[in-house]
Amino acid sequence: MPEPDAVVIDKLVKRFGTFVAVDNVSLRVAKGEIFGFLGPNGAGKSTTIRILCGLLGPTSGQATVSGFDVATQPELVKRSIGYMSQKFSLYGDLTVEENLDFFSGIYGVPKERREERKSFALRMANLEERRGELTGQLPGGWKQRLALGCAILHEPPILFLDEPTSGVDPIARRSFWDLIYDLSAGGQTIFVTTHYMDEAEYCHRVALMYKGKVIALDTPRAFKQRLGAKSMEEVFINEIERQEAATA
Amino acid sequence: MSFRRIRAVFRKEFLHIVRDPRSLGMALLIPILMLGLFGYALSLDVNHLPAIIYDQDNSPASRDLIQAFQGSTYFDVRSVSGDYPSIEKGINSNKIVFGLVIPPDFTRLLEGGNVQVLLDGSDSNTASIAMAYVTTVVNLYALERTAQRLDQRTGMHVKPLTEAQVRVWYNNDLKSRNFIVPGLIPVILMIIAALLTSLCIAPEWENGTMEQLLSTPIRPTELLLGKLSAFFVLGAADTVMSLLAAVFLFNVPLKGSLAFLGLSSFIFLFGALSWGIFISAATKSQLIAYQVGLLSSFLPAFLLSGFIYAVDNMPTVIRFITNFIPAKYYVTIMKGIFLKGVGMKVMWLELLWLTVYAVIIFTLAVSKMKPKIA
Repeated sequence: MPEPDAVVIDKLVKRFGTFVAVDNVSLRVAKGEIFGFLGPNGAGKSTTIRILCGLLGPTSGQATVSGFDVATQPELVKRSIGYMSQKFSLYGDLTVEENLDFFSGIYGVPKERREERKSFALRMANLEERRGELTGQLPGGWKQRLALGCAILHEPPILFLDEPTSGVDPIARRSFWDLIYDLSAGGQTIFVTTHYMDEAEYCHRVALMYKGKVIALDTPRAFKQRLGAKSMEEVFINEIERQEAATA
Repeated sequence: MSFRRIRAVFRKEFLHIVRDPRSLGMALLIPILMLGLFGYALSLDVNHLPAIIYDQDNSPASRDLIQAFQGSTYFDVRSVSGDYPSIEKGINSNKIVFGLVIPPDFTRLLEGGNVQVLLDGSDSNTASIAMAYVTTVVNLYALERTAQRLDQRTGMHVKPLTEAQVRVWYNNDLKSRNFIVPGLIPVILMIIAALLTSLCIAPEWENGTMEQLLSTPIRPTELLLGKLSAFFVLGAADTVMSLLAAVFLFNVPLKGSLAFLGLSSFIFLFGALSWGIFISAATKSQLIAYQVGLLSSFLPAFLLSGFIYAVDNMPTVIRFITNFIPAKYYVTIMKGIFLKGVGMKVMWLELLWLTVYAVIIFTLAVSKMKPKIA
């Protein structure tokens, strides 16, 4: 029997008034996959992620995460995910360790596992030396790693990362992606949005999102082969131009 | 409901408080300031009313009357040799509250004679108290003279037919501080609660941490209970501080049960903090939450709670409104415990209302926290 998919989205629609942020999106993400959501700002990537995290209700359509319906079982969905929003959202006046302890507490990590998970997160984020420092004073890349560390304390099977590397220098981005690979190798499913084209190359599969619609979905290699493009950037521009021509 | 999650929020929130000198300073300074200001400066006792007497008779009889005024601590007779211009000047320049004019034929007219009292009515409260004092003194004097006259005429000892035998229960010195200080504690707690909590939800929205929290399994009730309990520690410290000041600094007699005092303070504080959190959650902006919180807690607690201004004297509509001011019940309870020593048996209804209020406001606050991010 094949393993059920980690994320299943079926004809998902989200409207804000007359604006259609997510327009009839359907896709599936397999377990352990690194799934990239690529698109310009305002394409509906964040909205989709927030619906999947139970932060927003869908207007119509269905989505399940880890087998739980996001609209009717948000509590169960929240237990099985880790979420990192595009805005830095840890407490700047708390130390690295205090932030970890806090999230460990609200994720309900069992007492006997706490220390172990905390050291794992500290090691992973390479913050062991700075565990006593105030989070607000850390450099951007370190903050992002800590945020990721906080989001994986409860070992969620699925991680949603919403532009996790925006505003971070290229070297820090590279090391962040190394972390993502490690997590994926450990069996976690990773659903990541980005508008950095080079990052799209790291994903197992990529969905191109434009004006609320998924206009293409494939592996980076297949994309490039099919379009004879050298980079994902070329693929992206190509696809959007095609889409524009089709709707014009 | 998970105790572990509540405790995590409590610890986090407590760290915020400890690391923010502003809120910690406010929590400590405001009670000290209020207690000092109201405990020492505000006195509603009317003593030493300054007066000028214009004695046109200058007779043994008029001097007797003057003696009665001079002998009382309620009056401060500045001069017995005044005249109309000096009385007018005294009242206009706020040097005196009233002038007493004894007519030249006071002795001759004594059987049916009058004295004139000129009273500064611009402070109506003091004026009405002064009027009552002066009238009492003059009446007593008249009664005595009448009795003497009757004695002389009939040769019998005459006593007034009826006398009021007054005994003051509770606060028998009638010191205003004794009722101001216990009533002040609710006002202090209300201000503290609103100020501290107004800054507890809005930053979570402004910094994006609320979205992070909402993506976790934590429930709004747990989040609020955690936050509330952190502020509760501060509020409880303020309560204890104010109580100690009341008893040891201002020597207010504490007659009732400490357990009942603790229980009602607990419930009141819970409601007051919930109100602040509700406002903070409803406004989502630090500045607005701060202002709305302060206005909606301080003013009603100060004006409509019976803290200083007796609810019974208010117009019917206002009196009806006071029923919705939780501080009113807590003020009643505080005064009852401190001055009368009464407890649950007498004040269970007040306690019940405080509980109902706290539960309603907390529920409202929770409903404001339900995830609705657009």
